Amino acid sequence: MFLGLRELRFARMRFALMGAVVALIAVLMVLLSGLSVGLVNDGVSGLKKLPVTSFAFEHGVQTDAAFSRSVVDLAAVDAWRKQPGVAEAAPFGNTLVNAHGDRGTTIDLALFGVQPGTFVAPRPAEGEGLGTTDNGIVVSQTAIDKGLRIGDTVTVDRLGTRLVVVGSLAGQHTFGHVDVAYIALPLWQRIKAGAAPGDPMPAHALKEATAVAVRSEPGVTVDLAAGDRAAGTTSLSLHDSFGASPGYTAETSTLTLIQGFLYAIAALVVGAFFTVWTIQRKQEIAVMRAMGAPTRYLLGDGLGQAFVLLLVSTGVGVAVGTGAGSLVGGGAPFALTGSAVGLAAVLLLVLGLAGAAAAISRIAAVDPVTALGANR
Amino acid sequence: MSAGLSLSGVTLEVGDGDETLLALDAVDLTVAPGEFVAIVGPSGAGKSSLLAVAGALVRPTSGEVRVAGEHLGPLSARERARVRRELIGFVFQSGNLLPALTAADQLRLPLRFNRRARSTARDPLDLLAEVGMASKSERRPHQLSGGERQRVGIARALVTSPRVLLVDEPTAALDRQRSNEVVDLLARETRQHEVATVMVTHDHDILGSCDAVYSMADGRLSRTS
Repeated sequence: MFLGLRELRFARMRFALMGAVVALIAVLMVLLSGLSVGLVNDGVSGLKKLPVTSFAFEHGVQTDAAFSRSVVDLAAVDAWRKQPGVAEAAPFGNTLVNAHGDRGTTIDLALFGVQPGTFVAPRPAEGEGLGTTDNGIVVSQTAIDKGLRIGDTVTVDRLGTRLVVVGSLAGQHTFGHVDVAYIALPLWQRIKAGAAPGDPMPAHALKEATAVAVRSEPGVTVDLAAGDRAAGTTSLSLHDSFGASPGYTAETSTLTLIQGFLYAIAALVVGAFFTVWTIQRKQEIAVMRAMGAPTRYLLGDGLGQAFVLLLVSTGVGVAVGTGAGSLVGGGAPFALTGSAVGLAAVLLLVLGLAGAAAAISRIAAVDPVTALGANR
Repeated sequence: MSAGLSLSGVTLEVGDGDETLLALDAVDLTVAPGEFVAIVGPSGAGKSSLLAVAGALVRPTSGEVRVAGEHLGPLSARERARVRRELIGFVFQSGNLLPALTAADQLRLPLRFNRRARSTARDPLDLLAEVGMASKSERRPHQLSGGERQRVGIARALVTSPRVLLVDEPTAALDRQRSNEVVDLLARETRQHEVATVMVTHDHDILGSCDAVYSMADGRLSRTS
């Protein structure tokens, strides 16, 4: 890259301007990937941390809203326990509630109704688990970060059901951008049925949950279709069930679309710059070709130059983006991970190089005879 | 004779809209190593076409071109590029130097293309000293005068120790004194390094150092002195 490096030094302002554009795109990519990971965490981290391989929902339920619409009979749990390859099956309740704390603070909670002692029951990092009191809840660390304390009482709006925080979980457990609170299944059933304390419960509500949580034997793939036929359910793998979280599919597809556009813009911007750069150098390229410069050498030199430009500017952009990302407040759905940032940087580099390669390939079409006399 | 340049019965037809023009018409030319030949003629006479054909840039319509004994006719585009790298040096109008490179780097660049020539290549700094540019080896083209750029261009053409030197209007945009200096330098280098040099020019006042002068008109070449 004899010539490429010297051109980078000689035309440093032009390359710096181009590099600044690439760096800004890299900053945006880092922030978007942080937002993307943060939104995923906010949407489904509570599900991701469940030791579950699949959920069996109500038969025929609308799968993109299964957690809010599905109602399964507890008999389905037994049917799933009998399926080959199933290690454990347990009822799982899911509902979102508005509540307020002792000090008047409002808090939204995703109530995960589970039977204490089952494999889906929470293992608190602090405090106690479910089962010690009838109205105990075990909450996500993110709820603690917002000011909730073990021992606090949380009252569910409209119903007046009083819940006591008995334990907290390590890390983020959220669902649909709401902090998760594990609750014993019977109390979850009352809240889901809209029964205030002292109100009679509809008989059917005591036999219902949102889904059957299933864990397969290690290394075994459970025949979900067979299980569904036996239990009268519709199953989704844990990963597929993320799409049943509120807004998850729309959020991830929107961000993916934006990121896709940004990658395309990066390739086009870099390609446009190197197209202009190559056209400006047409006479120089003709001179070098007249001197017998192999096309492969000229292409390699140009691509090396583009690689250095992209590497440096992407590196600067990633550093600035990471720095800016660290300033994002804890309330925002934002999380930087090395893999996501690394993938964004590599994609930017590869697609930028593809754009540059398309532009630099014009070198092969420059006629060396234009270096001479009247052709100049 | 075979180590220099020879053109035998070379014709070149070029398209001009719907018509075809005869840019070179049965041109015969032989230039021996150490011989400095000038070709004069008005614009459009075919001088640059002759350089393009002799320099393996354009394939003639008919006839035979040999550079250092190598027949260019059957060579592919890649092989002709190899001939340009290894056997031919070009001196372009105004030097045609690369703006990003210092004078020394202008000479190092052809050596990057031409790994095989490195064993026979000349030292760039020695060569710059030979053309009187040692003190300006780290200057870029915009920091040099027209005559200095042309000196660097000549040194660049010679750095790979070519067998044939093709010089395209070297004194365009130079005053008389500098023109004479450049042509004297070309003549000296031609003889010192036993290279077969062809210079095309429309300037009749710089021909005193040449061994032979040819005139070109309407694609036809004729010896005048």
